[in-house]
Amino acid sequence: MNKEKYIALTDKHKPKENTLKNAIIAFLAGGFMGTLGQLLIDVYTYFFDVPKTMASTFMIITLIFLGCLFTCLGFFDSLVHKLKCGLIIPITGFAHAMMSAALEYRKEGLVTGIGANMFKLAGSVIVFGVVSAYTFGLIRFIIYGG
Amino acid sequence: MLYLYSFLFTGFVCMIAQVILDNTKLTPGHITTIFVVVGAFLDIFSIYDRIILYVGGGALVPITSFGHLLIHGALEGAQTYGIMGMLMGMFSLTASGICSAIIFSFYLSLIFEPKD
Repeated sequence: MNKEKYIALTDKHKPKENTLKNAIIAFLAGGFMGTLGQLLIDVYTYFFDVPKTMASTFMIITLIFLGCLFTCLGFFDSLVHKLKCGLIIPITGFAHAMMSAALEYRKEGLVTGIGANMFKLAGSVIVFGVVSAYTFGLIRFIIYGG
Repeated sequence: MLYLYSFLFTGFVCMIAQVILDNTKLTPGHITTIFVVVGAFLDIFSIYDRIILYVGGGALVPITSFGHLLIHGALEGAQTYGIMGMLMGMFSLTASGICSAIIFSFYLSLIFEPKD
């Protein structure tokens, strides 16, 4: 059997993922996360009487804490499997990547396990974030002067 | 009104990511990295600043805001200390997020057992 025929045959039996349904689910889940963020900012500014920049920092910390805790309790993975990018793209995905790496390598010890592997998945975000922020910041500094 | 805009913007960003994930061979790690770079890129001409002005807190939730905060920390340092200040101020705004993620995941990984 030649290769093209084989690929055509296997394509017929591959489980078809419904991309439109996935996109709508991601839209709704992501929108829910965004609304939750705005709600938390309003709650913090109303109850703790802090400026908006500080409230948004508290909001980010709260979402990171929730992401870490739900990963530990074990049902965040099944949620990610269902909602997909709706939970990976918000900041909870960053927390989930760090927390699952820390949990997975914990049995190898504190230094060689958790310490060395915590940034295994989330490290690329920080590396490329810093490199791109430096490059684009330099461009903007030269054009606008800050 | 801010709630509706937050819902639409964050949902739209997540939907783009889902469409990329479904139609290419990129992993979620690639996509989050691409979105951070896009967030930093949009701030060359302060586009992301304007988005935050209209959308409110919803624009701070996706990972694109991480790139936005990195570049603004670097520019704040550059305005105070000159071109070397970019290196000094890079993490000044994102430090809270990174530090809290490190501390929470360290202590919680000591308490909880991995579930499979």
